[in-house]
Amino acid sequence: MEEVKVENYIIEMLNITKEFPGIKANDDITLRLKKGEIHALLGENGAGKSTLMSVLFGLYQAEKGKIRKDGKEVKINNPNDANALGIGMVHQHFKLVEIFTVLENIILGVEPNNMGFLKKEEARKKVVDLSEKYGLRVNPDALIEDISVGMQQRVEILKMLYRDNDILIFDEPTAVLTPQEIKELLQIMKDMAEEGKSILFITHKLNEIMEVADRCTVLRKGKGIGTVNVGESSKEELSKMMVGRDISFTVDKEISKPEDVVLSIKNMTVPSKLHSNNAVKNVSFDVRAGEIVCLAGIDGNGQTEFVHGLTGLEKVSSGEITLCGKDITKASIRQRSVVGMSHIPEDRHKYGLVLDYTLEQNMVLQRYWQPKFQNKGFIKFDEVRKYATDLIDKFDVRSGRGPLTIARSMSGGNQQKAIIAREIDKEHELLVAVQPTRGLDVGAIEYIHKQLVKRRDAGKAVLLISLELDEVMNVSDRILVIYEGEIVGELDPKVTDLQELGLYMSGAKRDTEKERENG
Amino acid sequence: MVDKKDRFNLKSITKSKGFSSFTAALMAIFLGLVFGFIIMLIADPGSAVAGFRYIVVGGLRRVGDVFYFATPILMTGLAVGFAFRMGLFNIGASGQYTMGMFFALYVGFMWDLPGSTHWIVAVIAGMVGGMIFGFIPGIFKALLNVNEVITSIMFNYIGMYFVDMMIQKNSAMYVSEMTRTKYLPETAQLPSLGVAGSNVSVGIILAILIAIVLYIILEKTTFGYELKATGFNKYAAEYAGMQGKRNIILTMVIAGGMAGLGGAFAIMAPSQIAGSSMTYEPINIIAANGFTGIAVSLLGNSHPLGIIFSATFISHIQRGGTLASLVGYKPEIIDIVIAVIIYFSAFAMIMNTSIKKFFIEKFGKKGKEEVKIEANSEGVE
Repeated sequence: MEEVKVENYIIEMLNITKEFPGIKANDDITLRLKKGEIHALLGENGAGKSTLMSVLFGLYQAEKGKIRKDGKEVKINNPNDANALGIGMVHQHFKLVEIFTVLENIILGVEPNNMGFLKKEEARKKVVDLSEKYGLRVNPDALIEDISVGMQQRVEILKMLYRDNDILIFDEPTAVLTPQEIKELLQIMKDMAEEGKSILFITHKLNEIMEVADRCTVLRKGKGIGTVNVGESSKEELSKMMVGRDISFTVDKEISKPEDVVLSIKNMTVPSKLHSNNAVKNVSFDVRAGEIVCLAGIDGNGQTEFVHGLTGLEKVSSGEITLCGKDITKASIRQRSVVGMSHIPEDRHKYGLVLDYTLEQNMVLQRYWQPKFQNKGFIKFDEVRKYATDLIDKFDVRSGRGPLTIARSMSGGNQQKAIIAREIDKEHELLVAVQPTRGLDVGAIEYIHKQLVKRRDAGKAVLLISLELDEVMNVSDRILVIYEGEIVGELDPKVTDLQELGLYMSGAKRDTEKERENG
Repeated sequence: MVDKKDRFNLKSITKSKGFSSFTAALMAIFLGLVFGFIIMLIADPGSAVAGFRYIVVGGLRRVGDVFYFATPILMTGLAVGFAFRMGLFNIGASGQYTMGMFFALYVGFMWDLPGSTHWIVAVIAGMVGGMIFGFIPGIFKALLNVNEVITSIMFNYIGMYFVDMMIQKNSAMYVSEMTRTKYLPETAQLPSLGVAGSNVSVGIILAILIAIVLYIILEKTTFGYELKATGFNKYAAEYAGMQGKRNIILTMVIAGGMAGLGGAFAIMAPSQIAGSSMTYEPINIIAANGFTGIAVSLLGNSHPLGIIFSATFISHIQRGGTLASLVGYKPEIIDIVIAVIIYFSAFAMIMNTSIKKFFIEKFGKKGKEEVKIEANSEGVE
């Protein structure tokens, strides 16, 4: 092992090995965190990032290897030990009590009290001070269930700061945020590092690493590939380290050859659940066979409601939807599916999968009722198994126990692959893909983009709803920008640029009806 | 390296769902009995051992009775458990049970049918009675999104008062000086199984068969697939185009039918004195068998086959509890034991993990990590 000056590092994880049945999640990984740095931990889904951090946070115990803090070896048996050492973690899925206020959540577990009586004022002062110091805007009295995801994350960060942690672990913190919130978060992380906090930043978004991280450790399939200084590296190098091969950031595709109109939407209006206004206002457009149309916009501009109206999860209040020449405005979800709509939903846990079902049960979620899979109401289990196994092979869905894996236990990327396999393999003319790459690593993103283009080239119509500007620019043949529930512009990705797209998305620029009609 | 093969075998056994719910139930039963014994010791140290023995093995001497009393709670257990698989809490099994009983009685007394079909029609009528009282909360839930717990609790009272009223004013069914119903005509009684000293009838056989049918519906059919999908994740079920509303109503109708059959099986059983049958006393009390069904369902993990065993077991210790009064205990002692068992089976998940730990710790450190993965729902892949 190389000689290092021990005192440079606040945390050292040396030769960590952690095995699960059938898989070596961490294989001899070494990670050293300097005081005051932002250290990125990069790897594909399932590379072992979360496991490594769980070892550091005391959720798992490693079989081999040791952990040193300030040069002294420490044992971390549970999160309380980690806390005592000043290690805090923001989990990917927040651990907050929904019906408590922000302040109550922050002090939960370390309530300042006098003989059992809460001293909230003292806590409030500390929270307010901390939030001002780091620019973490929160309202201490708001209920968690009422605040946005970005705000909830700030509460999680405040929780760590309130406990005077100085080693902060962020587990894929940007996966759930809007571009604006991401910008703010990255700034906050920089500020905290300047204040002397040491940050471990788990991510697979290269742009973010390039922007904030000082150093980056790359994991691949449970092994440590290396640690690099971000300043001396490049996106290309990092992605190659992560995936083990060259990754193209642009999507290879021919110029589209749009044919007949597959989906036609006329004056669609969908009411909002949050306020009395309509969430989608008078939206009209067509999608043709053989083209990828992207509905771009900042989160919360009516995309969710639009998709719900289009796919039948909610009723539209007016307008007309025609799919393959059939009026489906009032059709049921099943009827839409039969006419030719496939839908990759925005929230794969809430809508896309029955997490407690096995992978094979999920694979037939849209088709279990077809004669191929049932006879007089009895499921043909052999057929289901055969079909699921085929799909798993064809789409390279990886899981512990093949078709019998419980969906909940699969990684996010493979869950998404399973959904995509199911929706693409089903008979369809229109594929509605809503944020299909959310929370996935570059390898999986590349794969999904290829699949979308393949669908297009197979003569299907693809409607992509995305928040990621890169994705919008790279994948689509035509961009429609949605702002406050209205289509404000139609752009050609070949002639427009990020700047112009951004102006449309933020509502600073918009075309009139007429301009749109004239193209 | 630890021997891979050994680990794998142990894992595959302990990992199976059936095994873990079975161990959890056993653990709950064990703790419930221990707790009951302690209560008995406090109440009357002298006869605690004798009383406890009655509770544990007393039922063995009255196997016929055990099965007779298991029949209605097996059916109400199915009524609760089946609905629960879809995420519905059918707390109205009592009302459905009472309605089923009334419908069966009505056909038994008021319709004149040939001997061989009379009891069959009465059983079916009982099922229909329960179905009606399952249908109403079901339709409220499906169309108006009224919580089924609230409607079905109210329908417990509506059913009970309605049935009591209908019976009291019908002189063909009611003997007012004895405040109970008359004996059913023999054609309308369930055929007895002829076990000496008990009331056990074909009801238990039908009940077990029905449980098996429900098991097949749940595990082998598209309806069961939809039902469980909705129970696990109603949004995904909706996304997949399943007809949630239809399924809610259908599930509640089937659940109600189960409880209704329970009522029919209970009231139509022949009694030990030749020619007599079970009777109903309209004294404004909600049928306890409906609530016992909740306990049966919980202990049986809402699984139809599990419910067969849990109903038999609960009936068994209830018989034992009755016998414990021979040494001076109130028969209600058994309610304490059952309550504790249910309390612990509600902690099934925790029990599972701790039991697995206990088993696996003996097989070295490697195994311990497997428990961790089980416990961590996020997974690691």
